[in-house]
Amino acid sequence: MIEVRGLSKHYGERVAVDDLSFTIRPGTVTGFLGPNGAGKSTTMRLILGLDRPSSGSATVNGKQYRDLRAPLHEVGALLEARAVHTGRSGYNHLLALAQTHGIPRSRVDEVIELVGLDSVARKRVGGFSLGMGQRLGVASALLGDPATVVLDEPANGLDPEGIRWIRNLLKGLAAEGRTVFLSSHLMSEMEQTADHLIVIGRGRLIADTDVASFVAQASSGAPVRVRSPQLAALADAVTAAGGTSTKPDDNALQVFGMTPEQIGELAAAQQLVLHELTPVQVSLEDAFMDITKDSVEYQHSATSRTDVATPASAVSAGAEP
Amino acid sequence: MSATTTPSTPSFSARPERSEERVTLPRVIHSEWTKLWSLRSTRWSLFIAFVALAGLGPLVALIEMARWSHLTLQDRLSINSIDRSLVGWHLAQLAVAILGVMTITGEYHTGMIRSSLMATPKRLPVLWAKLIVFCSVTMVLMLVAAFIGFFGGQAIFTEHHVNVSISAPHALRTIVGAALFTTGVGALCVALGTIVRRTAGGIAAFVGVFFVLPVIVEILPSSMSNPIHPYLPNNAGGGIAQAFLDPNMFSAWGGFALFCGYTVAVIAIAAVLLLRRDA
Repeated sequence: MIEVRGLSKHYGERVAVDDLSFTIRPGTVTGFLGPNGAGKSTTMRLILGLDRPSSGSATVNGKQYRDLRAPLHEVGALLEARAVHTGRSGYNHLLALAQTHGIPRSRVDEVIELVGLDSVARKRVGGFSLGMGQRLGVASALLGDPATVVLDEPANGLDPEGIRWIRNLLKGLAAEGRTVFLSSHLMSEMEQTADHLIVIGRGRLIADTDVASFVAQASSGAPVRVRSPQLAALADAVTAAGGTSTKPDDNALQVFGMTPEQIGELAAAQQLVLHELTPVQVSLEDAFMDITKDSVEYQHSATSRTDVATPASAVSAGAEP
Repeated sequence: MSATTTPSTPSFSARPERSEERVTLPRVIHSEWTKLWSLRSTRWSLFIAFVALAGLGPLVALIEMARWSHLTLQDRLSINSIDRSLVGWHLAQLAVAILGVMTITGEYHTGMIRSSLMATPKRLPVLWAKLIVFCSVTMVLMLVAAFIGFFGGQAIFTEHHVNVSISAPHALRTIVGAALFTTGVGALCVALGTIVRRTAGGIAAFVGVFFVLPVIVEILPSSMSNPIHPYLPNNAGGGIAQAFLDPNMFSAWGGFALFCGYTVAVIAIAAVLLLRRDA
Protein backbone atom coordinates (compact mmCIF):
# COMPACT_ATOMS: atom_id res chain seq x y z
CA MET A 1 0.00 0.00 0.00
CA ILE A 2 1.45 3.33 -1.09
CA GLU A 3 -0.20 6.55 0.03
CA VAL A 4 0.71 9.87 -1.51
CA ARG A 5 -0.79 12.97 0.15
CA GLY A 6 -0.41 16.51 -1.16
CA LEU A 7 3.01 15.63 -2.52
CA SER A 8 4.96 18.47 -4.18
CA LYS A 9 8.51 18.82 -5.39
CA HIS A 10 10.09 22.01 -6.64
CA TYR A 11 13.49 22.27 -8.26
CA GLY A 12 14.14 25.98 -7.97
CA GLU A 13 11.45 27.66 -10.07
CA ARG A 14 10.40 24.44 -11.77
CA VAL A 15 7.52 22.50 -10.27
CA ALA A 16 8.10 18.81 -10.96
CA VAL A 17 5.32 17.41 -8.80
CA ASP A 18 2.36 19.55 -7.83
CA ASP A 19 0.09 18.59 -4.93
CA LEU A 20 -0.35 14.92 -5.89
CA SER A 21 -2.59 12.64 -3.86
CA PHE A 22 -3.37 9.02 -4.63
CA THR A 23 -3.39 5.56 -3.09
CA ILE A 24 -1.92 2.42 -4.61
CA ARG A 25 -3.76 -0.64 -3.33
CA PRO A 26 -2.48 -4.20 -2.89
CA GLY A 27 -3.48 -7.00 -5.22
CA THR A 28 -3.67 -4.90 -8.35
CA VAL A 29 -1.27 -3.65 -10.99
CA THR A 30 -1.45 0.14 -10.98
CA GLY A 31 -0.12 1.90 -14.03
CA PHE A 32 1.49 5.32 -13.78
CA LEU A 33 1.02 7.25 -17.00
CA GLY A 34 2.08 10.67 -18.13
CA PRO A 35 3.95 12.41 -20.92
CA ASN A 36 7.70 12.86 -20.69
CA GLY A 37 8.58 15.33 -17.97
CA ALA A 38 5.21 14.88 -16.26
CA GLY A 39 6.90 13.97 -12.98
CA LYS A 40 6.51 10.18 -12.93
CA SER A 41 10.12 9.40 -12.08
CA THR A 42 10.31 12.23 -9.56
CA THR A 43 7.17 10.94 -7.82
CA MET A 44 8.69 7.46 -7.61
CA ARG A 45 11.96 8.89 -6.25
CA LEU A 46 9.97 10.77 -3.60
CA ILE A 47 8.15 7.57 -2.62
CA LEU A 48 11.50 5.76 -2.36
CA GLY A 49 13.09 8.41 -0.15
CA LEU A 50 15.72 9.36 -2.71
CA ASP A 51 14.39 12.90 -3.03
CA ARG A 52 12.93 14.97 -0.23
CA PRO A 53 9.44 16.37 -0.91
CA SER A 54 9.01 20.15 -0.85
CA SER A 55 5.71 19.51 0.87
CA GLY A 56 3.28 16.67 1.47
CA SER A 57 4.17 13.07 2.16
CA ALA A 58 4.53 9.65 0.61
CA THR A 59 4.24 6.57 2.77
CA VAL A 60 4.69 2.87 2.19
CA ASN A 61 2.64 0.61 4.45
CA GLY A 62 2.00 3.63 6.65
CA LYS A 63 5.63 4.66 7.06
CA GLN A 64 7.92 7.06 5.29
CA TYR A 65 10.49 5.11 3.30
CA ARG A 66 13.32 6.52 5.41
CA ASP A 67 11.77 5.05 8.54
CA LEU A 68 11.53 1.50 7.20
CA ARG A 69 13.78 -0.85 9.17
CA ALA A 70 13.98 -3.43 6.40
CA PRO A 71 13.12 -1.45 3.25
CA LEU A 72 14.03 -4.23 0.82
CA HIS A 73 11.40 -6.45 2.44
CA GLU A 74 8.74 -3.77 2.13
CA VAL A 75 9.45 -2.20 -1.25
CA GLY A 76 11.34 -3.48 -4.24
CA ALA A 77 12.24 -0.84 -6.77
CA LEU A 78 13.47 -0.73 -10.32
CA LEU A 79 14.43 2.77 -11.38
CA GLU A 80 14.51 3.93 -14.96
CA ALA A 81 18.04 5.24 -14.56
CA ARG A 82 20.44 2.41 -13.92
CA ALA A 83 21.44 1.96 -10.31
CA VAL A 84 24.25 -0.57 -10.58
CA HIS A 85 28.04 -0.16 -10.47
CA THR A 86 29.20 -1.24 -13.92
CA GLY A 87 32.49 -2.63 -12.61
CA ARG A 88 30.84 -5.19 -10.35
CA SER A 89 29.31 -8.53 -11.32
CA GLY A 90 25.55 -8.92 -11.12
CA TYR A 91 25.98 -11.52 -8.40
CA ASN A 92 28.15 -9.28 -6.21
CA HIS A 93 25.77 -6.37 -6.76
CA LEU A 94 22.87 -8.41 -5.45
CA LEU A 95 25.00 -9.92 -2.69
CA ALA A 96 26.06 -6.47 -1.42
CA LEU A 97 22.42 -5.35 -1.34
CA ALA A 98 21.34 -8.58 0.37
CA GLN A 99 24.04 -8.22 3.04
CA THR A 100 22.66 -4.87 4.25
CA HIS A 101 19.60 -6.81 5.45
CA GLY A 102 21.23 -10.11 6.31
CA ILE A 103 19.39 -11.78 3.43
CA PRO A 104 21.09 -15.15 2.77
CA ARG A 105 23.12 -15.96 -0.36
CA SER A 106 20.57 -18.63 -1.28
CA ARG A 107 18.03 -15.86 -1.94
CA VAL A 108 20.55 -14.13 -4.25
CA ASP A 109 20.85 -17.35 -6.26
CA GLU A 110 17.07 -17.66 -6.23
CA VAL A 111 16.38 -14.23 -7.76
CA ILE A 112 19.16 -14.67 -10.33
CA GLU A 113 17.47 -17.87 -11.47
CA LEU A 114 14.07 -16.20 -11.32
CA VAL A 115 15.07 -13.50 -13.82
CA GLY A 116 17.06 -15.94 -15.94
CA LEU A 117 20.52 -14.41 -15.51
CA ASP A 118 22.27 -17.59 -14.28
CA SER A 119 24.75 -17.72 -17.11
CA VAL A 120 25.94 -14.10 -16.88
CA ALA A 121 25.60 -13.37 -13.15
CA ARG A 122 29.36 -13.59 -12.57
CA LYS A 123 30.19 -11.22 -15.40
CA ARG A 124 30.68 -7.50 -14.97
CA VAL A 125 27.48 -5.48 -15.37
CA GLY A 126 29.25 -3.07 -17.73
CA GLY A 127 29.01 -5.70 -20.44
CA PHE A 128 25.29 -6.31 -19.97
CA SER A 129 22.76 -5.53 -22.68
CA LEU A 130 19.89 -3.19 -21.84
CA GLY A 131 17.59 -6.17 -21.42
CA MET A 132 20.00 -7.99 -19.10
CA GLY A 133 20.34 -4.76 -17.09
CA GLN A 134 16.55 -4.60 -16.73
CA ARG A 135 16.45 -8.21 -15.58
CA LEU A 136 19.13 -7.47 -13.00
CA GLY A 137 17.04 -4.48 -11.87
CA VAL A 138 14.01 -6.75 -11.48
CA ALA A 139 16.19 -9.19 -9.51
CA SER A 140 17.23 -6.41 -7.09
CA ALA A 141 13.61 -5.34 -6.75
CA LEU A 142 12.52 -8.88 -5.82
CA LEU A 143 15.56 -9.64 -3.62
CA GLY A 144 13.79 -8.89 -0.35
CA ASP A 145 10.58 -10.64 -1.43
CA PRO A 146 8.76 -7.32 -0.93
CA ALA A 147 5.02 -6.76 -0.57
CA THR A 148 5.24 -3.67 -2.77
CA VAL A 149 7.01 -3.39 -6.10
CA VAL A 150 7.71 -0.05 -7.77
CA LEU A 151 9.01 -0.16 -11.33
CA ASP A 152 9.90 2.74 -13.59
CA GLU A 153 9.61 1.72 -17.25
CA PRO A 154 10.31 -1.98 -16.63
CA ALA A 155 9.77 -2.94 -20.27
CA ASN A 156 12.53 -0.63 -21.40
CA GLY A 157 15.06 -2.45 -23.57
CA LEU A 158 13.31 -5.80 -23.33
CA ASP A 159 12.62 -7.83 -26.44
CA PRO A 160 9.04 -9.04 -27.10
CA GLU A 161 9.68 -12.25 -25.21
CA GLY A 162 11.08 -10.25 -22.30
CA ILE A 163 8.10 -7.92 -22.33
CA ARG A 164 5.71 -10.88 -22.17
CA TRP A 165 7.79 -12.28 -19.32
CA ILE A 166 7.67 -9.10 -17.28
CA ARG A 167 3.94 -8.71 -17.95
CA ASN A 168 3.25 -12.19 -16.61
CA LEU A 169 5.64 -11.66 -13.72
CA LEU A 170 3.89 -8.44 -12.66
CA LYS A 171 0.43 -9.99 -12.99
CA GLY A 172 1.68 -12.93 -10.93
CA LEU A 173 3.01 -10.61 -8.24
CA ALA A 174 -0.31 -8.78 -8.04
CA ALA A 175 -2.20 -12.07 -7.95
CA GLU A 176 -0.16 -13.03 -4.88
CA GLY A 177 -1.56 -9.97 -3.17
CA ARG A 178 1.34 -7.61 -3.67
CA THR A 179 1.12 -3.95 -4.56
CA VAL A 180 2.49 -3.37 -8.05
CA PHE A 181 3.08 0.18 -9.23
CA LEU A 182 4.65 0.69 -12.63
CA SER A 183 5.21 3.54 -14.99
CA SER A 184 5.38 3.06 -18.70
CA HIS A 185 5.22 5.13 -21.82
CA LEU A 186 4.11 2.02 -23.75
CA MET A 187 0.36 2.45 -23.69
CA SER A 188 -0.34 -0.92 -25.30
CA GLU A 189 1.75 -2.55 -22.59
CA MET A 190 -0.19 -0.73 -19.89
CA GLU A 191 -3.48 -1.75 -21.49
CA GLN A 192 -2.49 -5.40 -21.19
CA THR A 193 -0.88 -5.26 -17.76
CA ALA A 194 -2.53 -2.63 -15.56
CA ASP A 195 -5.86 -2.83 -13.76
CA HIS A 196 -5.82 0.67 -12.38
CA LEU A 197 -4.35 3.91 -13.71
CA ILE A 198 -2.85 7.02 -12.20
CA VAL A 199 -2.43 9.62 -14.94
CA ILE A 200 -0.43 12.79 -14.36
CA GLY A 201 0.57 15.73 -16.52
CA ARG A 202 2.87 18.58 -15.52
CA GLY A 203 3.13 17.11 -12.07
CA ARG A 204 -0.63 17.23 -11.46
CA LEU A 205 -3.10 14.39 -11.11
CA ILE A 206 -5.26 14.04 -14.25
CA ALA A 207 -6.99 10.74 -13.61
CA ASP A 208 -7.14 8.06 -10.93
CA THR A 209 -9.37 5.36 -12.36
CA ASP A 210 -9.51 1.82 -13.72
CA VAL A 211 -8.39 1.19 -17.29
CA ALA A 212 -11.88 0.42 -18.63
CA SER A 213 -13.50 3.60 -17.34
CA PHE A 214 -10.53 5.68 -18.46
CA VAL A 215 -11.05 4.44 -22.01
CA ALA A 216 -14.86 4.80 -21.71
CA GLN A 217 -14.49 8.38 -20.53
CA ALA A 218 -12.33 9.23 -23.50
CA SER A 219 -14.64 7.30 -25.86
CA SER A 220 -17.72 9.38 -24.99
CA GLY A 221 -17.20 11.74 -27.91
CA ALA A 222 -15.94 9.07 -30.27
CA PRO A 223 -17.58 8.71 -33.69
CA VAL A 224 -19.48 5.80 -35.26
CA ARG A 225 -18.28 4.47 -38.59
CA VAL A 226 -21.07 3.75 -41.09
CA ARG A 227 -20.87 2.20 -44.56
CA SER A 228 -23.83 2.33 -46.90
CA PRO A 229 -24.50 2.36 -50.64
CA GLN A 230 -26.68 5.43 -49.96
CA LEU A 231 -24.14 7.64 -48.16
CA ALA A 232 -25.44 10.99 -49.39
CA ALA A 233 -29.00 10.30 -48.21
CA LEU A 234 -27.70 8.98 -44.91
CA ALA A 235 -25.56 12.07 -44.35
CA ASP A 236 -28.62 14.28 -44.92
CA ALA A 237 -30.68 12.16 -42.50
CA VAL A 238 -27.97 12.43 -39.84
CA THR A 239 -27.80 16.19 -40.20
CA ALA A 240 -31.61 16.40 -40.01
CA ALA A 241 -31.53 14.28 -36.84
CA GLY A 242 -29.06 16.69 -35.18
CA GLY A 243 -25.82 14.75 -35.71
CA THR A 244 -22.77 15.67 -37.75
CA SER A 245 -20.75 13.57 -40.12
CA THR A 246 -17.50 13.54 -42.06
CA LYS A 247 -16.58 11.42 -45.05
CA PRO A 248 -13.15 9.88 -44.42
CA ASP A 249 -13.27 7.77 -47.62
CA ASP A 250 -15.57 7.12 -50.58
CA ASN A 251 -17.86 4.54 -49.01
CA ALA A 252 -17.93 5.42 -45.30
CA LEU A 253 -19.15 8.13 -42.94
CA GLN A 254 -17.91 9.11 -39.49
CA VAL A 255 -20.95 10.12 -37.50
CA PHE A 256 -20.57 12.27 -34.40
CA GLY A 257 -23.14 13.01 -31.73
CA MET A 258 -25.26 9.87 -32.27
CA THR A 259 -25.08 6.38 -30.82
CA PRO A 260 -25.00 3.30 -33.12
CA GLU A 261 -28.55 2.53 -31.93
CA GLN A 262 -29.84 5.93 -32.98
CA ILE A 263 -28.14 5.66 -36.39
CA GLY A 264 -29.51 2.17 -36.98
CA GLU A 265 -33.04 3.24 -36.10
CA LEU A 266 -32.71 6.33 -38.26
CA ALA A 267 -31.58 4.23 -41.24
CA ALA A 268 -34.45 1.79 -40.75
CA ALA A 269 -36.96 4.63 -40.58
CA GLN A 270 -35.59 6.12 -43.79
CA GLN A 271 -35.27 2.64 -45.41
CA LEU A 272 -31.56 3.11 -46.01
CA VAL A 273 -29.27 0.07 -46.41
CA LEU A 274 -26.38 -0.25 -43.95
CA HIS A 275 -23.28 -2.38 -44.66
CA GLU A 276 -21.47 -1.48 -41.49
CA LEU A 277 -22.21 0.22 -38.19
CA THR A 278 -19.18 0.34 -35.88
CA PRO A 279 -18.47 2.43 -32.80
CA VAL A 280 -14.87 3.57 -33.22
CA GLN A 281 -12.81 1.94 -30.46
CA VAL A 282 -10.64 4.33 -28.55
CA SER A 283 -7.42 2.70 -27.42
CA LEU A 284 -5.78 3.55 -24.15
CA GLU A 285 -3.26 5.45 -26.20
CA ASP A 286 -5.93 7.61 -27.85
CA ALA A 287 -7.59 8.17 -24.50
CA PHE A 288 -4.27 9.15 -22.98
CA MET A 289 -3.41 11.51 -25.83
CA ASP A 290 -6.83 13.10 -25.63
CA ILE A 291 -6.77 13.63 -21.89
CA THR A 292 -3.19 14.80 -21.59
CA LYS A 293 -3.04 16.99 -24.68
CA ASP A 294 -3.24 20.11 -22.54
CA SER A 295 -0.58 19.00 -20.14
CA VAL A 296 2.18 17.89 -22.45
CA GLU A 297 5.07 19.94 -21.20
CA TYR A 298 6.51 20.70 -24.61
CA GLN A 299 4.23 20.74 -27.60
CA HIS A 300 5.29 19.23 -30.88
CA SER A 301 6.08 22.60 -32.40
CA ALA A 302 8.97 22.72 -29.97
CA THR A 303 10.16 19.18 -30.60
CA SER A 304 13.69 20.21 -31.43
CA ARG A 305 13.86 22.07 -28.16
CA THR A 306 12.54 19.15 -26.14
CA ASP A 307 15.71 17.12 -26.25
CA VAL A 308 17.80 20.07 -25.21
CA ALA A 309 15.49 21.46 -22.60
CA THR A 310 14.55 18.30 -20.74
CA PRO A 311 17.50 16.08 -19.99
CA ALA A 312 15.16 13.53 -18.40
CA SER A 313 13.19 13.06 -21.59
CA ALA A 314 16.34 13.00 -23.67
CA VAL A 315 17.73 10.25 -21.48
CA SER A 316 14.60 8.16 -21.63
CA ALA A 317 14.32 8.64 -25.36
CA GLY A 318 17.91 7.54 -25.74
CA ALA A 319 17.31 4.50 -23.61
CA GLU A 320 14.47 3.24 -25.73
CA PRO A 321 15.32 0.48 -28.17
CA MET B 1 18.66 -12.73 -25.12
CA SER B 2 20.10 -16.14 -25.83
CA ALA B 3 21.88 -15.96 -22.48
CA THR B 4 18.66 -16.07 -20.54
CA THR B 5 16.37 -18.90 -19.65
CA THR B 6 12.64 -18.76 -19.17
CA PRO B 7 12.11 -17.79 -15.57
CA SER B 8 9.48 -19.04 -13.19
CA THR B 9 7.13 -16.99 -11.00
CA PRO B 10 8.04 -16.35 -7.35
CA SER B 11 5.98 -17.28 -4.37
CA PHE B 12 4.97 -14.63 -1.89
CA SER B 13 5.27 -16.91 1.16
CA ALA B 14 7.77 -15.03 3.27
CA ARG B 15 10.69 -17.12 4.46
CA PRO B 16 10.49 -17.83 8.23
CA GLU B 17 13.85 -16.17 9.07
CA ARG B 18 12.76 -12.95 7.35
CA SER B 19 11.76 -11.25 10.58
CA GLU B 20 15.44 -11.32 11.61
CA GLU B 21 16.44 -9.48 8.48
CA ARG B 22 16.72 -5.73 8.85
CA VAL B 23 19.36 -3.08 8.32
CA THR B 24 22.05 -2.85 11.00
CA LEU B 25 25.46 -1.12 10.91
CA PRO B 26 27.43 -4.41 11.03
CA ARG B 27 25.40 -5.61 8.05
CA VAL B 28 26.04 -2.43 6.10
CA ILE B 29 29.74 -2.84 6.92
CA HIS B 30 29.57 -6.39 5.57
CA SER B 31 27.96 -5.03 2.41
CA GLU B 32 30.62 -2.34 1.99
CA TRP B 33 33.32 -4.98 2.47
CA THR B 34 31.82 -6.93 -0.45
CA LYS B 35 31.53 -3.75 -2.51
CA LEU B 36 35.16 -2.77 -1.88
CA TRP B 37 36.66 -6.09 -2.89
CA SER B 38 34.36 -6.81 -5.82
CA LEU B 39 35.77 -3.98 -7.92
CA ARG B 40 38.88 -4.44 -9.96
CA SER B 41 39.89 -0.77 -9.58
CA THR B 42 39.95 -1.13 -5.78
CA ARG B 43 42.26 -4.11 -5.88
CA TRP B 44 44.60 -2.28 -8.26
CA SER B 45 44.69 0.94 -6.22
CA LEU B 46 45.40 -0.93 -2.99
CA PHE B 47 48.04 -3.04 -4.73
CA ILE B 48 49.77 0.08 -6.07
CA ALA B 49 49.64 1.80 -2.67
CA PHE B 50 51.07 -1.32 -1.01
CA VAL B 51 53.88 -1.76 -3.52
CA ALA B 52 54.71 1.95 -3.37
CA LEU B 53 55.06 2.04 0.41
CA ALA B 54 56.74 -1.37 0.72
CA GLY B 55 58.99 -1.12 -2.31
CA LEU B 56 59.94 2.47 -3.03
CA GLY B 57 62.08 2.90 0.14
CA PRO B 58 64.14 -0.25 -0.45
CA LEU B 59 64.53 0.79 -4.09
CA VAL B 60 65.88 4.19 -3.05
CA ALA B 61 68.20 2.43 -0.60
CA LEU B 62 69.45 0.14 -3.36
CA ILE B 63 70.21 3.10 -5.61
CA GLU B 64 72.05 4.98 -2.88
CA MET B 65 74.12 1.95 -1.94
CA ALA B 66 75.01 1.42 -5.58
CA ARG B 67 76.04 5.08 -5.95
CA TRP B 68 77.89 5.07 -2.63
CA SER B 69 81.32 5.70 -4.19
CA HIS B 70 79.95 8.75 -6.03
CA LEU B 71 78.41 10.34 -2.93
CA THR B 72 80.21 13.16 -1.13
CA LEU B 73 80.87 12.84 2.56
CA GLN B 74 78.12 15.33 3.23
CA ASP B 75 75.64 13.29 1.15
CA ARG B 76 76.62 10.16 3.05
CA LEU B 77 76.13 11.86 6.42
CA SER B 78 72.80 13.35 5.44
CA ILE B 79 71.20 9.99 4.62
CA ASN B 80 68.24 9.67 6.92
CA SER B 81 67.66 5.96 6.68
CA ILE B 82 64.27 6.00 8.42
CA ASP B 83 62.72 8.55 6.09
CA ARG B 84 64.44 7.10 3.01
CA SER B 85 63.05 3.62 3.69
CA LEU B 86 59.53 5.00 4.10
CA VAL B 87 59.62 7.52 1.26
CA GLY B 88 56.95 5.48 -0.55
CA TRP B 89 54.10 6.96 1.50
CA HIS B 90 54.19 10.04 -0.73
CA LEU B 91 53.11 7.91 -3.68
CA ALA B 92 50.93 5.59 -1.58
CA GLN B 93 48.86 8.53 -0.29
CA LEU B 94 48.03 9.46 -3.88
CA ALA B 95 46.73 5.96 -4.71
CA VAL B 96 44.80 5.80 -1.43
CA ALA B 97 43.39 9.30 -1.96
CA ILE B 98 42.10 8.46 -5.43
CA LEU B 99 40.59 5.21 -4.16
CA GLY B 100 39.01 7.06 -1.25
CA VAL B 101 37.33 9.53 -3.58
CA MET B 102 36.21 6.77 -5.93
CA THR B 103 34.62 4.52 -3.31
CA ILE B 104 31.82 7.09 -3.20
CA THR B 105 32.00 8.97 -6.51
CA GLY B 106 32.03 5.64 -8.38
CA GLU B 107 28.58 5.07 -6.88
CA TYR B 108 27.32 8.48 -7.92
CA HIS B 109 28.76 8.10 -11.41
CA THR B 110 27.14 4.72 -12.07
CA GLY B 111 23.90 5.35 -10.16
CA MET B 112 24.77 2.63 -7.62
CA ILE B 113 24.25 5.23 -4.88
CA ARG B 114 20.48 4.98 -5.48
CA SER B 115 20.58 1.24 -4.81
CA SER B 116 22.74 1.82 -1.73
CA LEU B 117 20.46 4.50 -0.32
CA MET B 118 17.29 2.55 -1.08
CA ALA B 119 18.72 -0.40 0.86
CA THR B 120 19.90 1.88 3.68
CA PRO B 121 17.50 4.82 3.65
CA LYS B 122 18.89 6.29 6.88
CA ARG B 123 21.91 7.06 4.66
CA LEU B 124 24.50 7.80 7.36
CA PRO B 125 25.27 4.10 7.98
CA VAL B 126 26.46 3.97 4.35
CA LEU B 127 29.03 6.71 5.02
CA TRP B 128 30.12 5.24 8.36
CA ALA B 129 30.42 1.75 6.89
CA LYS B 130 32.44 3.02 3.94
CA LEU B 131 34.81 4.90 6.27
CA ILE B 132 35.19 1.94 8.65
CA VAL B 133 35.85 -0.60 5.89
CA PHE B 134 38.09 1.67 3.85
CA CYS B 135 40.15 2.88 6.83
CA SER B 136 40.56 -0.60 8.34
CA VAL B 137 41.69 -2.12 5.06
CA THR B 138 44.03 0.79 4.30
CA MET B 139 45.47 0.88 7.82
CA VAL B 140 46.28 -2.84 7.89
CA LEU B 141 47.80 -2.85 4.41
CA MET B 142 49.79 0.35 4.95
CA LEU B 143 51.10 -0.83 8.32
CA VAL B 144 52.35 -4.09 6.81
CA ALA B 145 53.79 -2.22 3.83
CA ALA B 146 55.53 0.32 6.08
CA PHE B 147 57.21 -2.43 8.11
CA ILE B 148 58.31 -4.16 4.91
CA GLY B 149 59.63 -0.85 3.57
CA PHE B 150 61.45 -0.08 6.78
CA PHE B 151 63.08 -3.47 7.32
CA GLY B 152 63.75 -3.93 3.60
CA GLY B 153 65.39 -0.51 3.42
CA GLN B 154 67.46 -1.07 6.58
CA ALA B 155 68.64 -4.45 5.32
CA ILE B 156 69.96 -2.76 2.20
CA PHE B 157 71.48 0.15 4.15
CA THR B 158 73.58 -2.30 6.18
CA GLU B 159 75.92 -2.56 3.21
CA HIS B 160 77.50 0.75 4.24
CA HIS B 161 76.34 0.70 7.84
CA VAL B 162 73.88 3.57 7.64
CA ASN B 163 71.01 1.38 8.82
CA VAL B 164 69.12 1.93 12.06
CA SER B 165 67.19 -0.52 14.21
CA ILE B 166 63.48 -0.45 14.99
CA SER B 167 64.36 0.80 18.47
CA ALA B 168 66.08 3.90 17.08
CA PRO B 169 64.47 7.20 18.07
CA HIS B 170 61.35 7.95 15.96
CA ALA B 171 61.63 4.71 13.92
CA LEU B 172 58.52 2.96 15.19
CA ARG B 173 56.56 6.22 15.37
CA THR B 174 57.43 7.02 11.74
CA ILE B 175 56.43 3.54 10.52
CA VAL B 176 53.06 3.68 12.30
CA GLY B 177 52.77 7.34 11.32
CA ALA B 178 53.16 6.61 7.60
CA ALA B 179 50.27 4.14 7.85
CA LEU B 180 48.17 6.48 10.00
CA PHE B 181 48.65 9.51 7.76
CA THR B 182 47.96 7.57 4.56
CA THR B 183 44.79 6.18 6.14
CA GLY B 184 43.79 9.65 7.33
CA VAL B 185 44.24 11.04 3.83
CA GLY B 186 42.00 8.22 2.57
CA ALA B 187 39.29 9.04 5.11
CA LEU B 188 39.47 12.73 4.19
CA CYS B 189 39.10 11.80 0.53
CA VAL B 190 36.05 9.58 1.15
CA ALA B 191 34.46 12.66 2.73
CA LEU B 192 35.61 14.95 -0.10
CA GLY B 193 34.11 12.51 -2.63
CA THR B 194 30.82 12.51 -0.71
CA ILE B 195 30.72 16.30 -0.81
CA VAL B 196 31.75 16.75 -4.44
CA ARG B 197 30.07 13.57 -5.86
CA ARG B 198 32.28 13.64 -8.97
CA THR B 199 35.51 11.68 -9.34
CA ALA B 200 37.39 14.42 -11.15
CA GLY B 201 36.15 17.07 -8.74
CA GLY B 202 37.02 15.00 -5.69
CA ILE B 203 40.54 14.29 -6.89
CA ALA B 204 40.94 17.95 -7.85
CA ALA B 205 39.88 18.96 -4.32
CA PHE B 206 42.50 16.60 -2.84
CA VAL B 207 45.26 17.78 -5.19
CA GLY B 208 44.25 21.39 -4.57
CA VAL B 209 44.51 21.10 -0.80
CA PHE B 210 47.60 18.91 -0.65
CA PHE B 211 49.70 20.09 -3.57
CA VAL B 212 48.44 23.44 -4.87
CA LEU B 213 47.60 25.21 -1.62
CA PRO B 214 51.18 24.79 -0.26
CA VAL B 215 52.57 26.32 -3.47
CA ILE B 216 50.22 29.29 -3.21
CA VAL B 217 51.16 29.83 0.44
CA GLU B 218 54.81 29.60 -0.61
CA ILE B 219 54.38 32.56 -2.97
CA LEU B 220 53.09 34.80 -0.16
CA PRO B 221 55.60 37.04 1.65
CA SER B 222 57.32 34.98 4.32
CA SER B 223 55.83 37.13 7.06
CA MET B 224 52.43 35.84 5.95
CA SER B 225 53.33 32.33 4.83
CA ASN B 226 55.40 31.29 7.87
CA PRO B 227 52.52 31.36 10.35
CA ILE B 228 50.25 29.57 7.85
CA HIS B 229 52.57 26.71 6.89
CA PRO B 230 52.18 24.54 9.99
CA TYR B 231 48.41 24.65 9.64
CA LEU B 232 48.28 23.28 6.09
CA PRO B 233 46.82 19.74 6.19
CA ASN B 234 49.79 18.11 4.49
CA ASN B 235 52.29 19.80 6.83
CA ALA B 236 50.24 19.22 9.96
CA GLY B 237 49.49 15.58 9.19
CA GLY B 238 52.61 14.60 7.28
CA GLY B 239 54.92 15.23 10.26
CA ILE B 240 53.93 11.97 11.89
CA ALA B 241 55.26 10.08 8.88
CA GLN B 242 58.68 11.79 9.08
CA ALA B 243 61.47 10.97 11.48
CA PHE B 244 63.06 14.38 11.30
CA LEU B 245 60.72 17.27 11.64
CA ASP B 246 61.00 20.81 10.45
CA PRO B 247 61.30 22.84 13.69
CA ASN B 248 58.86 25.39 12.28
CA MET B 249 56.09 22.79 12.14
CA PHE B 250 53.93 21.28 14.89
CA SER B 251 55.10 18.20 16.78
CA ALA B 252 54.36 14.87 15.12
CA TRP B 253 51.35 13.93 17.28
CA GLY B 254 50.14 17.50 17.76
CA GLY B 255 50.13 18.09 14.02
CA PHE B 256 48.43 14.77 13.40
CA ALA B 257 45.73 15.64 15.93
CA LEU B 258 45.10 18.87 14.01
CA PHE B 259 44.94 16.90 10.74
CA CYS B 260 42.42 14.50 12.32
CA GLY B 261 40.42 17.56 13.38
CA TYR B 262 40.30 18.75 9.77
CA THR B 263 39.27 15.29 8.63
CA VAL B 264 36.48 15.02 11.19
CA ALA B 265 35.21 18.46 10.16
CA VAL B 266 35.10 17.49 6.47
CA ILE B 267 33.40 14.18 7.35
CA ALA B 268 30.78 16.12 9.34
CA ILE B 269 30.06 18.34 6.32
CA ALA B 270 29.84 15.24 4.12
CA ALA B 271 27.40 13.60 6.54
CA VAL B 272 25.11 16.63 6.65
CA LEU B 273 25.12 16.96 2.85
CA LEU B 274 24.47 13.24 2.36
CA LEU B 275 21.43 13.50 4.61
CA ARG B 276 20.07 16.68 3.09
CA ARG B 277 20.62 16.33 -0.62
CA ASP B 278 18.48 14.49 -3.14
CA ALA B 279 20.26 11.38 -4.34
